[in-house]
Amino acid sequence: MASLYERLGGDAAVDAAVDIFYRKVLSDDRVNGFFDDVDMEAQAAKQKSFLTMVFGGPNNYTGLDMREGHKHLVERGLNDSHVDTIIELLGATLKELGVADSEIEEVAAIANSVRDDVLNR
Amino acid sequence: MARVKYNGLVVEVPAGRSVLDALLDRGETIPHGCRAGACQTCLMQATQGTVPAASQRGLKAAHRERGLFLACSCMPEEDLEVCLPDTQQLRIAASIVGRRALADDVMELSLRTSEPFSYRAGQYVTLWRDAELGRSYSLANLPQTDGLLQFHIRRIEGGAFSGWIHDSARVGDALDVQGPMGDCFYTADDPEQKLLLIGTGTGLAPLYGILQDALAQGHRGAIHLFHGALARDGLYLHDSLTELAAQHNKLHYHACVLHGDDEPAADIRAGDVGALALERIGTPAGWKCYLCGDPTLVNGLRKKLFLAGAAMKDIHADAFLASGPAPRDPLND
Repeated sequence: MASLYERLGGDAAVDAAVDIFYRKVLSDDRVNGFFDDVDMEAQAAKQKSFLTMVFGGPNNYTGLDMREGHKHLVERGLNDSHVDTIIELLGATLKELGVADSEIEEVAAIANSVRDDVLNR
Repeated sequence: MARVKYNGLVVEVPAGRSVLDALLDRGETIPHGCRAGACQTCLMQATQGTVPAASQRGLKAAHRERGLFLACSCMPEEDLEVCLPDTQQLRIAASIVGRRALADDVMELSLRTSEPFSYRAGQYVTLWRDAELGRSYSLANLPQTDGLLQFHIRRIEGGAFSGWIHDSARVGDALDVQGPMGDCFYTADDPEQKLLLIGTGTGLAPLYGILQDALAQGHRGAIHLFHGALARDGLYLHDSLTELAAQHNKLHYHACVLHGDDEPAADIRAGDVGALALERIGTPAGWKCYLCGDPTLVNGLRKKLFLAGAAMKDIHADAFLASGPAPRDPLND
């Protein structure tokens, strides 16, 4: 059976998802405060790596990267509720793109697996 | 803490401090400009050690391989030995062939390079008056066979380079050109796509280049150019753009002034250029957008256009960064 990443449509699917997902994140008052001062282009590239990872695609993420990359946000109050929101927006993005619920659950499970690293605990 | 050897000195660079600031702290003279990794004025070369990837962003592969890096963006993680690069290989000689006032505080500067110079209109270069004074400006004209380069130079209060251009530079004066840099230029991948060009002040310079490029390449989609200025005098290409728009059905020129003290003329709108643009075009979904000029406006509009539906890959932005003073060293305060 094809991998989740292949079933979702690979790199092209990530490209289709990244703008929709990032737009949702920037429009959501529950989480957009964390993105106020960032360089949008650099951030879009990071969103793409993140989506590739949660789609089960090839990535070079390590737990340490996740910890280092979010440490300053945890200091600013990043917590479980924000991770929940991101996973919710991820699901809404995939739904919009016509992805089946069972696959959205698989993606959410991968995103959930890095929760502790992201929250530095 | 990394040790950086330069010119016989060994300088200790604390974590998070740039090589540029550490060397300036020690009284060394290192040319620099934007301090944000854009203008490439602070280019240096590492002869020993590996510089962080972030300090080589935007450099040509050949330059990266030679160890060139931007001192302002280099927070070293290991010991380095660095020098100023051989400028002969990076810059080409040019001389001033014309100066023409476009407005009270905007001068059109025309240069001719001593050898062919390849670029895309809308990219930018660093112009060097001498070994130490370099500033970045956008290329406002299409590449010419005779090496003519044109720039719109706004007078900056107390600005060393712009003051020189406005007050004392003469035809025949020599300067050097380094670059080109940046990816804010026309691409003919979809000649039917609508183009949205928004600029403030001399942010018009790259847009004027991009506009001419699009017309020269036979772009077929509508082109909307919005130029924002504080007051009427800042709309320094108003007449020529009005005329150009009259010659090209697909070109729409929108002049905007922020402070409409008196009733603006029938062909000039008063208000925020970004808001006026969004009001005029509706949704930017599917448009290719170019944003140039004031960094606050450019970065704010980039976000607005993206949220309003423009694709990230279709937004090209060139925020004009002022050459800034050194930030204070938090460890030495």
